[in-house]
Amino acid sequence: MALLQIAEPDLSGNPHQHNIAIGIDLGTTNSLVATVRSGEATVLVNHDGCKLIPSIVNYGKETQIGSQAATLRSTDPSNTIVSVKRFMGRSFADLDTTIRYPYKFVNSSGLIQIDTAQGVKNPVEVSADILRYLRNMAVEALGEEPTGVVITVPAYFDDAQRQATRQAGELAGLNVLRLLNEPTAAAIAYGLDSKNEGTFLVYDLGGGTLDVSILSLTKGVFEVLAVGGDTHLGGDDFDHRLSCYIMEKAGLSQLNDEDSAILLINAKKIKEQLSQSEKASFSVVLSTKRLVNFVITRTEYENLVRHLVQKTLLPVKKALRDAKLDKDQIDEVIMVGGSTRMLLVRQMVGELFGREPLTSINPDEVVAIGASIQADVLVGNKKDDWLLLDVTPLSLGVETMGGLVEKIIPRNSTLPIARAQDFTTYKDGQTAMTVHVVQGERELVKDCRSLAKFTLRGIPQMVAGQARIRITYQIDADGLLSVSAKEMMTGVTSSIEVKPSFGLSDEQIGAMLQESISNANHDMQVRLYQEAVVDAQALIDSVEKALYLDADLLTEEELSQINNAIMKLKITLAKAPDDYAQLTNKIKQQTDDLNQISSNFANRRMDKAIHHALSGRDINEVADKI
Amino acid sequence: MAIRATESAAARVQAFLTKRGKGIGLRLGVKTSGCSGLAYKLEFVDTINQDDQTFESNGIKIFVDAKSLQYLDGTVLDYVKEGVQEGFKFTNPNTKDECGCGESFTV
Repeated sequence: MALLQIAEPDLSGNPHQHNIAIGIDLGTTNSLVATVRSGEATVLVNHDGCKLIPSIVNYGKETQIGSQAATLRSTDPSNTIVSVKRFMGRSFADLDTTIRYPYKFVNSSGLIQIDTAQGVKNPVEVSADILRYLRNMAVEALGEEPTGVVITVPAYFDDAQRQATRQAGELAGLNVLRLLNEPTAAAIAYGLDSKNEGTFLVYDLGGGTLDVSILSLTKGVFEVLAVGGDTHLGGDDFDHRLSCYIMEKAGLSQLNDEDSAILLINAKKIKEQLSQSEKASFSVVLSTKRLVNFVITRTEYENLVRHLVQKTLLPVKKALRDAKLDKDQIDEVIMVGGSTRMLLVRQMVGELFGREPLTSINPDEVVAIGASIQADVLVGNKKDDWLLLDVTPLSLGVETMGGLVEKIIPRNSTLPIARAQDFTTYKDGQTAMTVHVVQGERELVKDCRSLAKFTLRGIPQMVAGQARIRITYQIDADGLLSVSAKEMMTGVTSSIEVKPSFGLSDEQIGAMLQESISNANHDMQVRLYQEAVVDAQALIDSVEKALYLDADLLTEEELSQINNAIMKLKITLAKAPDDYAQLTNKIKQQTDDLNQISSNFANRRMDKAIHHALSGRDINEVADKI
Repeated sequence: MAIRATESAAARVQAFLTKRGKGIGLRLGVKTSGCSGLAYKLEFVDTINQDDQTFESNGIKIFVDAKSLQYLDGTVLDYVKEGVQEGFKFTNPNTKDECGCGESFTV
């Protein structure tokens, strides 16, 4: 018999049609799944009674996920994928080469893939396996397939990373209602969204990463004011520090891998104990038969790691500076992540802000709980038509002449949003226009991330600057983007849509990413080259037209000089580009030369035109005109 | 005529109501739908309806409308944990047949 949950008044579903909503915190180190049962958000457990599922997948003989996979980490490192979140939506070129990974990476047209005993896996597939495990946990705990799911992502995730996360959800057979920023989820879990106004700082110290976010809540809408952090600073660093200290104290040097692991595990245990008690100890026998007895007080430990906590405060201060806020302007500080259980962390963060941080919700669970509360609302289990809005993490723009970015949707715009802007042609008779969609805060296209590129064709032939092309950017509530371009002047419409994520195949996303990242530099050079070519061609056109009309104004020597310059430039233009930059410079140089040589000619033509206009007129008449 | 909640069910309902911050009790009812004809309904109560009958059991108020009561008389509501699942369970003496999952029934 299925077990029932209490519904809101008049919102009981039909039998077998429960609106089951789950929230998933897909973490770098651990993942969790939560749901709202009888109005209360709870984190679900697996068969072993565990809530925290290690985000680890082993592709050995069988696919193992979670703690089973974690045990294989030391024996089968090359097939055991940890922290796959770091690779989501990243290109091969983004790989941090300073870290030694145990994997066989495959560069699949610019994207990261990992060769395992079960074949080549991409980060989306690995994440999908973790999500599938969480989904199965939910099905077992709730007796039914979830109707919809909200997955959390870091506030700093860009479009490609968000799309990869959404794709992983879909690959796992989940109906992804929305991706939610992790700090926003934490704020929801604490019910801060009901306050309607406020500025909150979320300090998220996990096992391996620190994320700091400043959120502002206005009229029930969360905005991310600033993000910061350290991608390689977390609880693990505290364990390492303590483990080194233990070695020092015990007079140990050069441990083998097994013994290092033993010490590290015990260091972690002691760290956790010291959050509860004043003193902790352990004794183990190493593989060398060496007995290690170790006792440490909380004060001793805190003095040992104080500098690490100090280090975590730097990104906090930086985020405040970025948001142009004083620490007194922060209404609440929310603690997220298991490492914020450390009393010293709470104390030092509290001291910085002069207030007690919020810690009442389990810091490991707070993000998943917030996600489940939002999911519950989205599937319609709550009557209040409370709909949380989110904001764009980065600006979205379009490439304009000269490789500059024109921002269409500025960052921190609330979603959903649609913005349009009109553009025009720059050449007579231009019938096509390339729309290049980019994401980022920088002014140059080459410094931003390329998302998509498409061409609008069928623009009627007009003089440059006359056509009106309306480019519309639309982002739905999930933070996903569609772009369209429409020729407005003549009523002739031809528009194209770009859906960068939804329903896109891996290959398509791959091609998009590859194009954006690996060719960015090349694209830019080509663009500069083309711009130079267009400028040169325009100049040749106008000089030739002038020669045809007014060659009699020139001496024979001048005429041949101009003709020579034109010829030289034409030869250069006809060259197949090999080194774009070099050729671009040459074209620019010769265009300048032609400009200079013909400037006298242009002046004389101007004089002639004026003379022509004034001849035979009365001086007073002319004066009137002037 | 009586409807009862076990101690564990009552404690849960009380906790959920406190957490929710409003509501005066629990509504039990039946809906005429589902694969076996009738289905259980379990909702929080914010307002009392005219035809509601009220029962007190282990400190919580249970509301049942007159029509539903004839199908639910004698029902015991329990809160149970079965493996990783947990939730409310109806033990209804009027039930003749249940669908496989127990969510709908005939009388």
